[in-house]
Amino acid sequence: MADNNIRNAKLEEVEQGCVLYNLDPIIMKYHYEVDYIHSYAQDSPFFAGLAKGELKGSRCTKCGSTFATPRSHCMTCGAPTEWMDLPLTGKIHTYTTCYFGGQEFLDETPFTLILVEWPGVDTFFLSRLVGMAPEDVHIGMEVKARFRRLSQFKPTDVYFVKA
Amino acid sequence: MRPVYMVAGGITKFSKASPNKDFRYMVKESFDSAMTDVPDLTLERIDGSVVSYFSDHFTRQLMAGIMVQDYLGLTPKPSRRIESGGATGGMCFQNAWESIASGRMDVVVASGFETMSHVNTWKGNEFIALASDTNFDYPVGGFYTGYYAMMVKRHMYEFGTTVEQLAAVSVKNHKNAMHNPYAQFPAELTIQDVLNSEMVSDPLKRLDICVMSDGAATALLASEEMAYKLTDKPIRITGVGTGTDAMRMADRPSREVILLPHENPEDYKDLKYPGVHSFRGGRVAAKEAYKMAGIQNPLEELDFVELHDAFTSSEIQTYEDLGLCKYGDGGKFVESGAADLNGKVPVNPTGGLLACGHPVGATGLMQAVFAFWQLQGSIGKHFGGDDALQLKNPKRGLIHSHAGTGTYITVSVMERGF
Ligand SMILES: [Zn+2]
Repeated sequence: MADNNIRNAKLEEVEQGCVLYNLDPIIMKYHYEVDYIHSYAQDSPFFAGLAKGELKGSRCTKCGSTFATPRSHCMTCGAPTEWMDLPLTGKIHTYTTCYFGGQEFLDETPFTLILVEWPGVDTFFLSRLVGMAPEDVHIGMEVKARFRRLSQFKPTDVYFVKA
Repeated sequence: MRPVYMVAGGITKFSKASPNKDFRYMVKESFDSAMTDVPDLTLERIDGSVVSYFSDHFTRQLMAGIMVQDYLGLTPKPSRRIESGGATGGMCFQNAWESIASGRMDVVVASGFETMSHVNTWKGNEFIALASDTNFDYPVGGFYTGYYAMMVKRHMYEFGTTVEQLAAVSVKNHKNAMHNPYAQFPAELTIQDVLNSEMVSDPLKRLDICVMSDGAATALLASEEMAYKLTDKPIRITGVGTGTDAMRMADRPSREVILLPHENPEDYKDLKYPGVHSFRGGRVAAKEAYKMAGIQNPLEELDFVELHDAFTSSEIQTYEDLGLCKYGDGGKFVESGAADLNGKVPVNPTGGLLACGHPVGATGLMQAVFAFWQLQGSIGKHFGGDDALQLKNPKRGLIHSHAGTGTYITVSVMERGF
């Protein structure tokens, strides 16, 4: 009985084969992908705000430093911050138009990235500028926030257009 | 702290892909090449290692550091892995320095590698962009060239830096590499060639940007006593400095300029600093390293610099952080020829990342190896008899390694010890 089991024992044969590029050395391709469970955790109110058409930064409760990209603790003194609403109009601090990108964004090229500045706010906010030819964009240009109607709960739920 | 010396170095030829050698084999090749120059050094006399690579995504092998240690025949001795983005190699070098300086070890191996050929270029760009804040930055269009393009756009706005000045860096570094047999992409280019190359992220064009590579590098560090036993041409590491800045380049509030010994506050009365045009971490790293090495005026006291030119723009910005010129004068500095092979302070005399390639975990160690050979006067010996890049009698050099948007930056000063 035992001998019979061993005689019939085998790893199951599979028929999907493999993608081979080369034999010497052997180079093969395989797929590599994961579903990832991400929490925005303490940054969640920012993304919830975008869904309501609000752009939220943060202000230090101790030293008063202000952050256009929110953070729950102050980068200057370490104290907790509180949420504050940013004006929906700001200025371009710097910009670029990307004609290439990471694979995830290749289909969206060319796209224009901007850092938005607000007077009295100590840091900037990274976003996309849409509706402008690259050559017409300039530093100091006034821009206003616009929000996606269907929230993706990503920072691109807000984007900017010429004010 | 004890004095620390580099006693040997080795690198592989950087290439777009190296399918015949995996990361362990490449590191072993660089390690063996270093060991050849110190015949009295046996595995038994090595106390441990530091192994660096940037991305688990590129390697798709966690704990690759111990696999290197194992392959080099160094188990069961101490080892650890160092990762700090683009500055991974430079940080590995400094970590090895600490092992000797602290007295914990007498001989330590610093090895680094990256194998970036395992995914296509655009997937590679995506992996690199994961080294930006994945809540706020990556999803907006994660692309490092885009981030650096925004930084130099502001540099151009603040200081009048031009695309021709950026191109001059590319021309210089690619040309230097014509005499470096380890370089992946040596080329004779004109300013016009660079300006005509494909636009990637305005104003950065294809020839303003380094390429992705496979490669490995090794530096062997030792205590004073061991160094003079192992070689008659040891190079002393006389200063190390490390600086940092916020992960998000949007998080750069204005502060006072951090001054080097030769600068005055009046130099920068109206400058908002660092903004996104300058790398505050680079200045902090330089300041710490200069203090340790006793450098008062870097332009006068350094014989050459190997710095992290992943983009032509970052070379110009780094001249300023290192104090080779004032903030804002970086474009004019390269234009003047001061950074040329025969200039006041040759910068990237062996071709830099632009021409040698940038296998991230190896890059900072590659700089250490090139600087080591320069100071030894052994460039010709290691470059197959071609000593066109050997500087005349250099006594002191600086290496500089830099991670994404200036987050981690290392500066190390190396001096002839003989
Ligand atoms: Zn505070």
